[in-house]
Amino acid sequence: MSDGAPLLSVEDLRVHFQTEDGVVKAVDGVSFEVRRGEVLAIVGESGCGKSVTAMSLMGLTRGPNAEITGRATLGGTDLVAAKESELRKVRGNEIAMIFQDPMSSLNPVHRVGAQIVEQIQAHDDISDSDAKARAIELLKSVGIPGAEERANSYPHEFSGGMRQRAMIAMGLSVEPDLLIADEPTTALDVTIQAQIMRLLRKLNEDRGLATILITHDLGVVAQVADRILVMYAGEIVETGTLEQIFYDPQHPYTWGLLGSVMRLDRERSDRLAQIKGQPPSLASLPEGCKFRPRCPHAFGKCTQHPELEARAGDGPHLDRCWLDAERKRSARTMKSGEIGLEAA
Amino acid sequence: MARFVTRRIVSMLFVMFAVSVLTFLIFNVIPNGDPAVRMAGKQPTEEQIEEIREEWSFDKSIPEQYVVTMEKLFTGDMISYFTQLDVVDEIIKGIPRTLSLAIGAALIWMAFGVGLGLFTAMRAGKISDTLLTVLALIGISMPVFWVGALMNHYLGFELGIFPNGGYVEFSESPVDWAYHLILPWTALSILFIGVYSRVLRSNVLDTINEDYVRTARAKGLSERRVLFKHVLRNSLIPVVTLWGLDFAVVIGGGAILTETVFGLQGVGQYAADAIGQLDVPPILAVTMFGAFFVVFVNAIVDIGYAALDPRIRLESDSASA
Repeated sequence: MSDGAPLLSVEDLRVHFQTEDGVVKAVDGVSFEVRRGEVLAIVGESGCGKSVTAMSLMGLTRGPNAEITGRATLGGTDLVAAKESELRKVRGNEIAMIFQDPMSSLNPVHRVGAQIVEQIQAHDDISDSDAKARAIELLKSVGIPGAEERANSYPHEFSGGMRQRAMIAMGLSVEPDLLIADEPTTALDVTIQAQIMRLLRKLNEDRGLATILITHDLGVVAQVADRILVMYAGEIVETGTLEQIFYDPQHPYTWGLLGSVMRLDRERSDRLAQIKGQPPSLASLPEGCKFRPRCPHAFGKCTQHPELEARAGDGPHLDRCWLDAERKRSARTMKSGEIGLEAA
Repeated sequence: MARFVTRRIVSMLFVMFAVSVLTFLIFNVIPNGDPAVRMAGKQPTEEQIEEIREEWSFDKSIPEQYVVTMEKLFTGDMISYFTQLDVVDEIIKGIPRTLSLAIGAALIWMAFGVGLGLFTAMRAGKISDTLLTVLALIGISMPVFWVGALMNHYLGFELGIFPNGGYVEFSESPVDWAYHLILPWTALSILFIGVYSRVLRSNVLDTINEDYVRTARAKGLSERRVLFKHVLRNSLIPVVTLWGLDFAVVIGGGAILTETVFGLQGVGQYAADAIGQLDVPPILAVTMFGAFFVVFVNAIVDIGYAALDPRIRLESDSASA
């Protein structure tokens, strides 16, 4: 688990995009910290701002229409204020990112080994043969059999799981401090998902990395995360340890996410629970609590915007819901005794 | 490779057969007088005309005529209805001139087209992009015969900077060869530069949003390296196909206007003259010559394609892998 000073600390990060439909507030005041040896999971539906948060840390959302404010300090560098040339040294070197779709995230026209070599040589001044040897070592370390030959293969000759392993090898090639895995298993088979998650957890422990795992799948989170951030409509709505989020969730949105996880250890219900409605448009957010329009427990006070505060009373467990703790406990319990959004 | 080559040869034969039949039929439908009379020259006797008619089977059915004509083409006995000169010899005479035009122009238009396309893609939406886009559209819209004639008149005739048409053998003087070809190369390239830069620009703008380009940026590569190694390489693939086809068309006598305006006396000009006189044998021969190059260069483009994009493999490779 984690100790010591945070490796990355993000304070009040805001990423707004100017579009024809108005200002899209993709990330709106997000603060969190990650320490070495820790896996922080950012969880939420598509479009909640979790990927934009991660990509903004690497400067990948910069552009003429983007307005990025706040601070994100990594080893003394503020990633938000850093110049492009400074960021380039951070990218791939101190922060590595693994993307959602390994099918399209590797360049189809270059050999897998060459793409890893390119990553190594972008930051380390070493010879082609040394870099190649290191690439093969890395491919072995992420469990690719016959790494010497596979390094000369093209991405289309790899299976999905192998490609994600290759992406991970590439990310780790320059020994980053922070690894951001953006939905690393979404495009993979369930059996492969478990393998990749175990690999990420192992690398995190062996190398003392700080890992940010972005996902919409709480099942994945349960396997590896130490702490969880739940994001909704560009904001953090709840944050706490794995135990706190899974066993004492405070925000109705978290209840909804937990309720929609498929469970094999319980009797099958008729259909999987869902959160009704759609996430709001980030260009025209509702007043007050942003989850209010979809929340069956909303009441008068919800038209005021709740702060992210310790409402459950125990330490690092923060949330943005006006309901009192007692009311939450009864509202989140479904007929089956499970946690869910609709107290049926 | 063997299978690839065989397949290509079979398809080439089929294309050339189809092209020859179509061309032959088209020029048989167009009313153009009795070819035997035209070939017999001035004041022929009835016997002479009859002899020619017999030899070329002009009195027989169209399929029979076709067979005789093709026989003559491949045995080298094919002569023009009009000049009585051997058609194959005339084409061979034109090849070095047409090839000189095609190679030089193709290199120029590829280089400038890619350069301009990349430049405008990088500045998409800015003023320089808009201006160059307008310029490219003007280039595409200007007919070659008009540009060529203007160049010839002002740069060649009025100012005398360039020779007024004509051609010098490369072996005679490489400098003079290039000097005589600068205007034709430029005139022919303008259209293609416009087209290629537009195609490349849109390919680059598509490719730049690909996930693997994001990966390349996330690796901390310089913008330059991202652009050349990851974006351009993938954007070039469709342009290479276009290039092969256009190049083949020009070699096969397709640059009729350019060759004619600058009096290059190449294969294209030969074809233009023949069409003007409804001289079927040269038209047929040049058409087949052109079809041959289109199919041939296409096969070479496919090989180049596989080199650019490893996902495309010529059959033999996948069989041996």
